[in-house]
Amino acid sequence: MLSRHANNLYWMSRQIERAENTARLLDVTYQMSLLPYRITDAAQSWAEPWALPLVINGLASTYYKRYPGPVASDRVLRFMVLDSANPSSIYSLMHAARENGRSMRGVMTSEMYEDLNSMWLELRVRSENALNNGGINEFFEWVKTQSHQFRGVTFGTMLRDEAYQFIRLGTFMERADNTARLLDVKYHTLLPSAAEVGGAVDYYQWSALLRSVSALSSYRRIYRDVITPRRVAELLVLRDDLPRSLHACMNEIYEILRDLCKHESMEPERLAGELHAQLHYGRVEQIMEVGLHEHLMEFLEKLHMLNDELNHHFLAPVYGPETTTTAGQSQGE
Amino acid sequence: MSTTRPYDEMRAADGTIRPHYREHTEWLADKPADFLPQKQREANALYTRLGITFAVYGDESGTERSIPFDIIPRIIRPKAWKMISDGACQRVRALNAFLKDIYHDQEILKAGVIPAEQVLNNPAYRPEMRGIHVAGDVYVHIAGVDIVKTGTDEFYVLEDNLRTPSGVSYMLENRKMMMRLFPDLFGRIPVAPVDHYTDVLLDNLRAVAPEHVSQPTVVVMTPGSYNSAYFEHAFLAQQMGVELVEGQDLFVANNYVYMRTTSGPQRVDVIYRRIDDDYIDPLAFRADSTLGVPGIFAAYRAGNVTLANAIGTGVADDKSTYLYVPQMIDFYLGEKPIISNVPTYRLGNADDLAYTLAHLAELVVKEVQGSGGYGMLVGPTSTREQIAEFRKRIELNPANYIAQPTLALSTCPTFRDSDIVPRHVDLRPYVLSGKEVTLVPGGLTRVALTEGSLVVNSSQGGGTKDTWVLEDLQC
Repeated sequence: MLSRHANNLYWMSRQIERAENTARLLDVTYQMSLLPYRITDAAQSWAEPWALPLVINGLASTYYKRYPGPVASDRVLRFMVLDSANPSSIYSLMHAARENGRSMRGVMTSEMYEDLNSMWLELRVRSENALNNGGINEFFEWVKTQSHQFRGVTFGTMLRDEAYQFIRLGTFMERADNTARLLDVKYHTLLPSAAEVGGAVDYYQWSALLRSVSALSSYRRIYRDVITPRRVAELLVLRDDLPRSLHACMNEIYEILRDLCKHESMEPERLAGELHAQLHYGRVEQIMEVGLHEHLMEFLEKLHMLNDELNHHFLAPVYGPETTTTAGQSQGE
Repeated sequence: MSTTRPYDEMRAADGTIRPHYREHTEWLADKPADFLPQKQREANALYTRLGITFAVYGDESGTERSIPFDIIPRIIRPKAWKMISDGACQRVRALNAFLKDIYHDQEILKAGVIPAEQVLNNPAYRPEMRGIHVAGDVYVHIAGVDIVKTGTDEFYVLEDNLRTPSGVSYMLENRKMMMRLFPDLFGRIPVAPVDHYTDVLLDNLRAVAPEHVSQPTVVVMTPGSYNSAYFEHAFLAQQMGVELVEGQDLFVANNYVYMRTTSGPQRVDVIYRRIDDDYIDPLAFRADSTLGVPGIFAAYRAGNVTLANAIGTGVADDKSTYLYVPQMIDFYLGEKPIISNVPTYRLGNADDLAYTLAHLAELVVKEVQGSGGYGMLVGPTSTREQIAEFRKRIELNPANYIAQPTLALSTCPTFRDSDIVPRHVDLRPYVLSGKEVTLVPGGLTRVALTEGSLVVNSSQGGGTKDTWVLEDLQC
């Protein structure tokens, strides 16, 4: 298929997944902000609940430029949900996904495009009241439902061709990136300052983190015990039966790339295989020894390398004169 | 062609229903009062949800709109259809022969049938095309011939569209919509199918591949998703099962055209391009074009890729060339035109200009190069100020205009608010050339939704209808 088309589909599904993850994160942040929470150390002010969505998404400096002054819930919500000047707001992401999809309607099934288009039409209606009292939870639920629904329509109707693989690839690349960032920020910000480790606030924060990736009840079923950082790390990094864990995402990514590379040894497949093997054969003791933060940083760095390789091989290849000449001769009749 | 009551396609002058509309009328008579309003709402909602939209140039408010769709079909008798079909095919054969001629031996110019300067000085004439062989000698692979009806078996060709005629996706989507809304009606009325259009198109495109290619790769080329007809480009690519490419997806190496794919460069043999000549190759035509592919014209000249339509067809559909189509039919085919031209005044000619300026309130005046209903004056429906203003524009550059009598376009029953009322329509059938010259039984009927209006263009508030050609059984 055309590289540009693969690129559009890949980003369309990344954008939908990112909109869902942003809704999840903001939803949990909103619930956490309702808890009694006091920052004792001024240097830790960036760990204030409403700063976390900004830090996790790497948007803090953009936010401060746009909304100078202290971080406030209504402004963070406006920035992350509706602000069309913020390319990572839910509004912008859904719009971008629809624009990417609009140019790709020939490759999708009509059900998929209808779903994507209705999502965008409804967003424009909903966004007017999304931030009014009481509406925000329902709005987040709606965003999650839209993402579930689009994934479901894709799964249920689309031909299992290359286009399908690039859509899936986008979903899992984005999801892996999100879970790693989420885990890193919580782990990093909460543990060092943890005068209250094991206290009520600590407990709520960990359970909120799990809830944001729909993993709280899974945690209970697996461990039947109190929430500890170590187990959370094990669950979200190493277990492959939790659909948003790093291991589960890499299972999918590796499978897709083996298929896309058609078993010719290509760098994307090799790199995905290496990442996958580290998670597949990794142990939690080893991770804790190196440090979870260091481990996650390395993972994110490799994931970005993998993204670069995807660009290079599939999504935005650059052909020099030599490659085209050989290709031209080999394909000429 | 008088300005008396226009011909209505459903009702005869005495108010009775014409035979080919009877079945539809009887079917509708049984329906409850809210049946049509509800179906119309359903159709509008479906079109919005399906995202079947077009963009309006110069409209800053929103870039996309749904084109209004009317749920009352336009029904055409087999005999009338045969005339339309034969007439349109005849015209396209002659126009294609004309294009081949003017880019090769120019016999029609030597014979003095058409003034040479009229063709050679036309801005749409491409001297770059002189002597270039195009596959199968086909220049116009897809043509839209705009036809109006003024009486029983009385048709006129308004204009030929030989560059990148659009609208065929509406012909196909409108039929799908009607079948979704009124499945039972299709059991009662024998409507000729149109949905094989894209199969015929693909067959024709394959047939005109460069001669050395056995398994040609066909693509549709679009200027991009912000083009007003983007929906149609995507639709056609999807229906034919071929890639929809933009200029940035293609590159030229060793005079062959390739597309960038996830499995490396792949050669392209036939390009159904929906991008104007001017923009297709910055090395050959407009250097500032970012939509085209550098070097593609050289590959075309070398016979390594087919462009459909060919470069340089615009010279044949311009309104000043239109005048000579009857002569072309005679010169190349030795036939009489099956469908007439509308009598046309050339304002570059002093007598015609004088007559036109004296009769502006009765005439339709068009720019020679204009399209889409822009830059035209419909005398009978214009105010005195509009006419005076247009007169100034004509006087500045008379040769840029033609004038025609205001035709009493036929009307068709159209659903407005809660009533069925007559509205003026035209018809654009799509003539396909490749292996042979054919068209599917149907076309795009455009309807002027405003009472009395004669302007059917979607950019000017026109809508569309499904066009039903009855199969030979009745009438």
